[in-house]
Amino acid sequence: MRNNFSRALQTTIIFLVVGGVIALALGGYFSSASNVFTGSLVNLQTWFSSRFVAVREFLTAPRDVASLRERNAELESEVSELQAQVIQLQQRVGETEILAALVDFSRANPENTYKAAAVIGRDPSPFLHYVIINRGSNDGILRGMPVVTNQGLVGRVDAVIADAARVQLITDPASNVNVRLENAETDASLVGSVTGDLELELIPQETNVEAGDLVLTSGLGGGYPPDLIVGQVINVRARDFDLFQQATVQPVVDFNRLQIILVIVNFTPVDIAPLLPVP
Amino acid sequence: MRDLLAIPIILLAVVLQSSIVSRVPLLSGIADLPLVILAAWALQEGVDTAWHWAISAGLLVGFVSGVPILVPLIAYLFVVMLARLIQRRVWQAPLLAMFGITLIGTLFMHIFSLGALRLAGAPLPIVDTLGLLTLPSILLNMLLAIPVYAVMRDLARWMHPAPEFE
Repeated sequence: MRNNFSRALQTTIIFLVVGGVIALALGGYFSSASNVFTGSLVNLQTWFSSRFVAVREFLTAPRDVASLRERNAELESEVSELQAQVIQLQQRVGETEILAALVDFSRANPENTYKAAAVIGRDPSPFLHYVIINRGSNDGILRGMPVVTNQGLVGRVDAVIADAARVQLITDPASNVNVRLENAETDASLVGSVTGDLELELIPQETNVEAGDLVLTSGLGGGYPPDLIVGQVINVRARDFDLFQQATVQPVVDFNRLQIILVIVNFTPVDIAPLLPVP
Repeated sequence: MRDLLAIPIILLAVVLQSSIVSRVPLLSGIADLPLVILAAWALQEGVDTAWHWAISAGLLVGFVSGVPILVPLIAYLFVVMLARLIQRRVWQAPLLAMFGITLIGTLFMHIFSLGALRLAGAPLPIVDTLGLLTLPSILLNMLLAIPVYAVMRDLARWMHPAPEFE
């Protein structure tokens, strides 16, 4: 009985002491001591936390960078593929536009049969104005066939092999095309030059030629079919002491940007050389 | 076996000339890549196949071009001959020799082409041709000369490595 009383008393005293200490702590009487304790605890936890974070980043961060780099490379590769596709599609759109214009031209001129060809090169010599096309005798191309675009006359086939042909442009110095001036209703001779300029020669002095007059093939000589558009007169040189007038012609075809051309395959040039009188 | 490399290189040069170089004019002149390559190749030490290269290039260019086939053939052989002659005399200044051969070779090629085409009936005015074609072509060939010489020097060292002395 006495033991039970003393034990209860001890318990009560312990509770009172603990309660008193808590009350004093809550009342701020142990602040300095608790600050030291909690400060040490916080520092310890900070140390552990920082070390843990460092170790975790060491273990996980490189893996993330590697995967990000890999993903970045994949996306960059995808972007470059898409850019290449965009360029290809733009090129196809350009080619399609050219082909559509050529189809319109062939529909508007049903009397001729055309074979489309791509320009794949130019003559290595600067003296000559020739282009090389990717169609040859296997496609029915023959020497002398006229070559046009939807804009107008380009030239004629000069040499042919199985899968390619060489086309002499009308701007070539050795080119000579018989033409007619639509408004003046007169014939003339169109010659090229080393610079690619086109000159009209053999225009009779009495003919009234003006800038803007349309120049078409005449069909004389049998080298080209008639009525193919060649260009426009841009200036005329008429001198009293000359036998003929001369004129400069602006071609309708941009010869520097030739990409796709049409060969008129149902036109057979006539060789009139045997008919010419020999002096 | 390495000597056969001339064929693909010359073929590539002619294709590049026709498809790219000819489309980059300065006034009306264009560079002559096969000529510059031949000049650079013939100047390299230990090279004894320059004549074969010249014949290959001359035949190929003559086949592609509208000029008479003898024109590029003779002009390229002349370039090789000139390079061989100059190499023995100006061997200490290869770049100077390269420029000299490019200048004289281009002039020879143009004068020869002009003469042949005029004989064939093409009305080519001499003064206009020299001013608008030849001078710009010389300039373009000179610009090509340095990089082409460097490439051909490396190629020559690979094909004909210098003997090692003990």
